[in-house]
Parts: sequence; structure tokens; C-alpha cells
Amino acid sequence: MISLKMHELSITQSMLDLVLEEAKKVGAGRVVKVNLVIGEMSGIVDECVEFYFEFLSQDTIAHGATLSFKKTPTQARCRHCGELFIPKEFDWSCPRCQDSSMEIVTGNELYVESIEVE
Amino acid sequence: MEIKVLKNILSANEQIAERNRRLLDSKGVFAINLMSSPGAGKTSLILETIKRLKGKVRIGVIEGDVSSSLDAEKISEKKVPVIQINTGGECHLDANMTSRALDNLPLEDIELLLIENVGNLICTAEFELGEHKKVLILSVPEGDDKPYKYPLMFHIADVVLINKIDLLPYLKFDIEGFSKAVRGINQKVEIFPISCTTYQGIKEWVSWVMANMRPSAPEALT
Repeated sequence: MISLKMHELSITQSMLDLVLEEAKKVGAGRVVKVNLVIGEMSGIVDECVEFYFEFLSQDTIAHGATLSFKKTPTQARCRHCGELFIPKEFDWSCPRCQDSSMEIVTGNELYVESIEVE
Repeated sequence: MEIKVLKNILSANEQIAERNRRLLDSKGVFAINLMSSPGAGKTSLILETIKRLKGKVRIGVIEGDVSSSLDAEKISEKKVPVIQINTGGECHLDANMTSRALDNLPLEDIELLLIENVGNLICTAEFELGEHKKVLILSVPEGDDKPYKYPLMFHIADVVLINKIDLLPYLKFDIEGFSKAVRGINQKVEIFPISCTTYQGIKEWVSWVMANMRPSAPEALT
């Protein structure tokens, strides 16, 4: 599963850069917590992010910060009848009208919601 | 103290991608980001596209691979400028790697830039490079369930090429069901069934490239 882990490595590095930049803006001495919102479709494995964060954040003010993962499910809205639904694994058609045309509403989020600093 | 951030984790990548896109625009380069699983036919498609457009369009290629320069060597035999990016383990190209490759390409002499991403259907979807269009190749042996397994990839593609359709008689692949699933999650997508072995659909693909790189004056192809 090396490719999946590498995926998390660059995402964790980008997240850490963003966190440090935001912490610097307010002159924070330490980052205590990072609140993340990660969509299910992005295929991010929390444990991998934690593992890389621990490693990459060494010698930064974010070392030791807790990571909180808010996972958003993949949700779709039917373009025909407007039904909001969570698609089944191998069937993405609308459970109400069976139409197959949909808009993806949530599930591809990948952002830092907030940070807690001291 | 809690500080609201509400910023995309990949916003730094997106800024560099935007810079790449502006550079390409200023040089009149139309860039395509080619994505697929390993072995779906990215390099074959690039070679075939070069063959059809050589003499009509000035082409450049960026080859992304975890390691080796095998693909870049195949392409440089065609006498087009090619830059190899070895990602050194990373499973996707990002905007910064692309930017370094652009610095080493003769952009003044390129009208069409084909960027072969690393073979992967997961994270290549997340990283903008600065391309104008995203083209996804799915080959028939991979199976028709892939839109459900990698929805993000199929959601963001501008074009889906169904490659190796010469194998349809030997494999269970419901091309209509597949296309319906792709269109369900992506209303703007264009789908072309192709084969780089029998050349079915290649003409349509090449016409699409020509029409999109010169939207004002699409050239008729012979």
C-alpha cells in the first residue's frame, strides 16, 4: 500500500505548511489542535496522516498537536427529483426515482477548518 | 484560542497550478493532463496522438513516473521535446513538479502539451497541474465498475477514453452501463471508445484535441 501512504505524505506536508502559516499570522507559540474536514471520496487514511504529521512536524510549533478528523460522507442530489441521498457502493442511481444523473454535494472536502493555538 | 482557517489543504498547489496555467496561456500552449491506472494506455495514446498530429501541431510531452525513463525514451524517438519527471515515490504529479518541467521545455515551440501523470486513479484527481483539460483513460480489462470505486476521478474528468475496445468480445464490460454511470456523476464529460491497437476511435479523439486547442478554428482532419 505504499502509493496510498505517499498520497498522505504530500497532503500532510501541505496541511502542516498551511497550519504553520496560519499560526504565524497570529504569532502563536504552539499549535494544540488542528480541526480537519476530509471527504470520504478523497480516500485519506487518518492513521497515515497522524503518522506523517508526527514525523514532519518535529522541530515546529505544531509538534504534539492533536489532529481531529471530521469525515464527510459522499452525498448526492438527484438532478431529476432533488432527492438527497448517500449512494450505494455499486449503484449511484437515485433511490426515489432511479434517475442516474446527480450532483455530488459532499464527499470531496479536504480543508483545515480551524486551529487551536496558545 | 481557536482560529478559523477554512482553507483547502491543497491551496498552495492550486496557486502554483494557476501560475502554470497563466504561463501556458501566455505562450499559447494547450495542456492536457492524462490520467489512468498503470497500463491503461497513456503512453500508447501519446505515441498515437503524436503520429497523427506530427507536422500539423507542435507537441511537447511531460512524462511522470515514480522511477525510470522508459516512457520518455519511447517518446523522444518521435523527435518531440520531452521532459521526464521522476517523482521518487510520490504517486502523482503536482503543480510544483510541473512548474519545474515547464521551465525546461521550449514552450515557445509547443502548441500542445501532453502531460502523462503517474499511473493512479486516486490522488492524481486531487492535484491540479495547471492543465486546461483532464483526460482519463479507462481500459476495458480494468472492469466497468470503476466509476463507483473512484468517483472523484470520474467526476472531474473532461474526457473519458475507453481504451482497448478491441478486447470487448473477450471480456465482460458493459460499455453502455459504464457510460451511463460516468455521465451520472459528470454531466460535462465526453466519452470516446478507442483502441490504440486497431485505431478505432483515434480519429475522433484527435479531432477533439484539435477542436479544443483551437476552439475558434477547428481544423478538419484527413
